[in-house]
Amino acid sequence: MQLTGWGNFPKRTTQLTAPRTEAEVAEQVWQGRAIARGNGRSYGDSAIGAARTLDMRHFDRMLSFNASTGQLVAESGVMLADVIDSFLPRGWFPMVTPGTKLITLGGAIAADVHGKNHHIDGSFRACVDWIDLMGPDGSVTRCSRDENPELFGWTIGGMGLTGVILRCAIRLRPVKSGWIRQTMIPAANLDEAIAAFEDSMAATYSVAWIDCAAKGDALGRSLVMLGEHIEPGEVPPRFRATPFQAKRRRKKTFPMNAPGFALNPLSVRAFNALYFWNGSRQEGQSIVDWDGYFYPLDTILKWNRLYGRKGFMQFQCVLPKDTAREGLHRLMSAISESGQASFLSVLKRFGPQDSPFSFPMEGYTLALDFPRHPRAIALMPELDAITLDHGGRFYLAKDSRVPADIFATADPRAAAFAQWRRENGLAEAFASAQSERLHL
Amino acid sequence: MARATARTFAALGHPVQLAARDADSMELEKADLETRYGVAVTLHEFDALDVNGHEAFVDGLPVLPRIAICAVGTMGEQDENEKDPAKAVAVLRSNFEGPAIVFGVLAERFVNRGSGTLVGISSVAGDRGRASNYVYGSAKAGFTAFLSGLRNRLAKQNVHVVTVKPGFVNTAMTAHLDLPARLTAEPDEVAAAIVKAVEKRRNIIYVRPIWWLVMSIICAVPEMVFKKTSI
Repeated sequence: MQLTGWGNFPKRTTQLTAPRTEAEVAEQVWQGRAIARGNGRSYGDSAIGAARTLDMRHFDRMLSFNASTGQLVAESGVMLADVIDSFLPRGWFPMVTPGTKLITLGGAIAADVHGKNHHIDGSFRACVDWIDLMGPDGSVTRCSRDENPELFGWTIGGMGLTGVILRCAIRLRPVKSGWIRQTMIPAANLDEAIAAFEDSMAATYSVAWIDCAAKGDALGRSLVMLGEHIEPGEVPPRFRATPFQAKRRRKKTFPMNAPGFALNPLSVRAFNALYFWNGSRQEGQSIVDWDGYFYPLDTILKWNRLYGRKGFMQFQCVLPKDTAREGLHRLMSAISESGQASFLSVLKRFGPQDSPFSFPMEGYTLALDFPRHPRAIALMPELDAITLDHGGRFYLAKDSRVPADIFATADPRAAAFAQWRRENGLAEAFASAQSERLHL
Repeated sequence: MARATARTFAALGHPVQLAARDADSMELEKADLETRYGVAVTLHEFDALDVNGHEAFVDGLPVLPRIAICAVGTMGEQDENEKDPAKAVAVLRSNFEGPAIVFGVLAERFVNRGSGTLVGISSVAGDRGRASNYVYGSAKAGFTAFLSGLRNRLAKQNVHVVTVKPGFVNTAMTAHLDLPARLTAEPDEVAAAIVKAVEKRRNIIYVRPIWWLVMSIICAVPEMVFKKTSI
């Protein structure tokens, strides 16, 4: 069948199965060129098997929880949303969460996702204690920092190319309420935004929405948003009786693919200006619930339809700390000059990261999305080149289009990963459309 | 389906007793329900075909449940059921005899206690026998009729009986079939429908309302026309 990632592009043919037992997983793995898939939230072609795709969502059992250490053992198809549903009422929250809770634990490990607290807590890796991984022969190996540490290292951030993640142990974070004190800092341009991030290294959470349409003195104007978990006593009185519950939101489903012209430079510019203006009015502190703070887009199911039938591309790079300022200026200038403003653009300061193949590094990451429009497609090589010039690299979970040679140059670890995969007999067994495209 | 239903009730705080032929095979489900919802879960051996053992099974439970849900059944292959009497017997017994007998036993205990709800998962296939699956369908028809009679008998004794007709459901039993999306429910949908039916004391539910329409039409076709169709 034809399968896509969240970006609805590219479409690739693969044989999709949804195994219910380990034996059924092994049967697929033995046939080769297989990849495990979670909830399909990676944007590009990383969760489309080169030949076979294993939908792992039937593996959705939680197995144990230790309330003194906060360690949860669960199968890989358990969703972050389920973890929150079960454990937030008991005072626990994911240690690291990306901007959607509709992802599986297996997917979070494979992509080594990051959140608004990367500068303090690191990537998802930091909360993973061990992983049970099915290898090419169908046998299951436990790996951790002490046991098979090399396999553990490559698996987190390894995009499913080291085996099928079956189970894992992750640690949750104790919280006193489900509410966040948000501090909104409007930044008039990129330098102010960077200064705000550097001044806020002690904040638990920090992230910025950045206006890609602004030009000149306002280039890179942003809303920097900081966040802290709060005590039950600070929760708005109306919600104090149930301090872990989010406000009730009606889930809406984006009804259909939007027509191609819905997102055009003018509407995107207008949206960005409005968003900045609205955010600036909320300067200072406010108390928001966890769902609205971490997962604003999750209330609109199938929001990817906004970009229409042709789908959209994500561009996410990270630039090292030393070159980030100049690199970001050049990226933002290139984007604003092209007129191809990104609808939702996010800037985030990363802290140090020590791992063999994960995306983050200390510096700044910029995430942009573009409809698959010829002019936007034409802009991509320019952004790739700027990233490369500044020693940056690309995020595989978002990627659908970086050319193989550019990826290899930007991330020399890719060659080492590919070699390690060959040496360990993994290259034939596990392959995605992305791994074949990028020769991983 | 049973798994999703157990989860949905556990999420509401209900303790759960899980029964199946091989109790050990449910260890993962037990762990899941306990970890997710912090409810007490016990596992029990139960063989639907061992009808002589049903009384001992019910009386061996640590507590008599408030709500009992029967999701027992096997579809088999219609062409095999037609030719192989042993296979047909297995389908008839596991879809009708076993569920009916154990519900009969539970009904007695519920009447003695003066309360309880029985939820039987039957099938739209029991609404009218069709060439493509009448062995399975007739067993479900029997179970549907049994539930209907039981409900009638127990209505004045504070014991409620719910008949669930799920339609197509995306489960292991149907994983190899190519089912139309609009007519196919997810196990979670069935579970939510069961919880609602129990709470509101509904009698007969089709999980997706469209199935009521589909089956009403199928049942309305005169037999002389129906016998020539292939649906």
